[in-house]
Amino acid sequence: MKTTKKVYYSLGFLFVLFCTILSVSTLGVILIDIFSKGISVLSFDFIFDYPRKGMTEGGIFPAIVGTTFVTLITAIFSIPLGISTAIYLNEYAKNTWFTRIIRSSIRNLAGVPSIVYGLFGVALFVQAFRMGTSLLASGLTLGLLSLPYIITATEEALKTVPENIKEGALALGATKWETIFKIIVPASMSGIITGIILALSRATGETAPILFTGVFFYQRFLPTSLFDEFMALPYHLFILSTQHHNIEGVRPLAYGTALVLLILVFVLNLVAFIIRAKYRKQF
Amino acid sequence: MNRNRVDSIFIILFRISGFLAVIILFGIFFMLVFNGIWAFKEVSLTEFFTSSSWSPSAYDKPEYGILSMVASSILVTFLAMLIAVPIGVGAAAYLVEFASTKVASILKPAIEMLAAIPSVTIGFLGIVLVGPFLAKLFGSSNGLNALNGAILLAVMALPTIISISEDAMYAVPKTYKEASLALGANRWETLVKVIIPSGSSGIIAAIMLGMGRVIGETMAVLMATGNALAMPKGIFSSVQPLTATIAIEMGEVPYNTIHYYSLFALGVILFLITLVINVLADIITQRFKVK
Repeated sequence: MKTTKKVYYSLGFLFVLFCTILSVSTLGVILIDIFSKGISVLSFDFIFDYPRKGMTEGGIFPAIVGTTFVTLITAIFSIPLGISTAIYLNEYAKNTWFTRIIRSSIRNLAGVPSIVYGLFGVALFVQAFRMGTSLLASGLTLGLLSLPYIITATEEALKTVPENIKEGALALGATKWETIFKIIVPASMSGIITGIILALSRATGETAPILFTGVFFYQRFLPTSLFDEFMALPYHLFILSTQHHNIEGVRPLAYGTALVLLILVFVLNLVAFIIRAKYRKQF
Repeated sequence: MNRNRVDSIFIILFRISGFLAVIILFGIFFMLVFNGIWAFKEVSLTEFFTSSSWSPSAYDKPEYGILSMVASSILVTFLAMLIAVPIGVGAAAYLVEFASTKVASILKPAIEMLAAIPSVTIGFLGIVLVGPFLAKLFGSSNGLNALNGAILLAVMALPTIISISEDAMYAVPKTYKEASLALGANRWETLVKVIIPSGSSGIIAAIMLGMGRVIGETMAVLMATGNALAMPKGIFSSVQPLTATIAIEMGEVPYNTIHYYSLFALGVILFLITLVINVLADIITQRFKVK
């Protein structure tokens, strides 16, 4: 009896340990493969040069610029909207059925597949609003996708501000919005920024929502207006690894692109991680 | 006076943005339905749901049956969950019950990092890493099949399953655990007979949220499952799930054709499937919070 218990214990422990090692080593395999095969491609020219000879040579500069532009549009659209929605929910909304519907909508928006956002973007921005396939349409589509994450993270941050600080401001004669803008938002800024960075890093790596709303596979110039099509890093990786006429030949470039994308996403995550670690437990 | 006016303007602004979330969710749904419904002017519902041949661009007789794609989506999702659920719940159990604080503080960010990897990168690894590996292991031609997609999707579901079921197990009152240990149960028995059953609703919610993510995932399955529009015959068949079909065809289809509208109809189905999964997960989580 005693020994069977011990055997079960050891087997069980080994099983959960194995599960953990497997999960974490997946990350290791991904990082090692992409870093080891992508690093040799990385160079000044790869980052700052245009693709040449049907994307078989040259760099990924327009894709980097395109991804940066589209993420900026995403940020401009989703940050103010996300923060104000969170402020409404946390500071104004009472616990009514309608508030519960809003919260439940937000949770469900986070679960809507990214390709469905892409379809919505085509129907609304590209077609109904007549933006055409453009930076603007893609940026807005990604903005909608990021919205639930920004709202949730901002709300979490706002919740950490203690009631007595808010009451202090109100007691001193500040109006509600003065309390929000001068006390609550500054006090929860680090949490809000962390959430925003994480949401934008997710948007940066998304491919499906921009697939038919504005991304273009090969451009020899940079977008000059909001209504231009653009190249993007994730889509460039997709093209190089599945749609190119010489897939084996451009594999090193695909690895290089994957590495740049991964570095970009990880740097954003790292910044968020550092901000969170640094400002944890303010109150 | 002026300050109070600003105050009331902001109340209105905040309220509008609060309503916006609801408007967007319903807007997405109605936009999809509004576009998708036009497909049924020419396509019969019976054909749409019961036929397995999909060839919308055929010249003389276009066909719009979604059965093979639905079967592909279900197969890939089921396989992915078969891989991800035991590993994910196991890893969560390790983190909660066995890992020291120091070890957990290293492992948790690693799992968050796994969640941050873009899906196109995972799909790329399906082509260059998992595909050749499966081809060598099972002696098939290229390894781009349902199993490949399922492995990638399992990797993408893992962080969700691990972190949410970890929260669920962590929320089980310490007194339960202490009582069990005091009665002479060891930590494994306590885990299996006390902690996992008590946290089961949260664990189920974790699994469902992971599943929601898997069904809606596009890039990984698009790149790694081989894109073959046919009823899957097994885990080594090349398949083409719903999401992949939308991704492949939407870019080429002329606007406002039956084919275009039928892709929105696929979107409606996808939206409804994920909505049901998320609402159920939501209900389970709310109940579990009350407890």
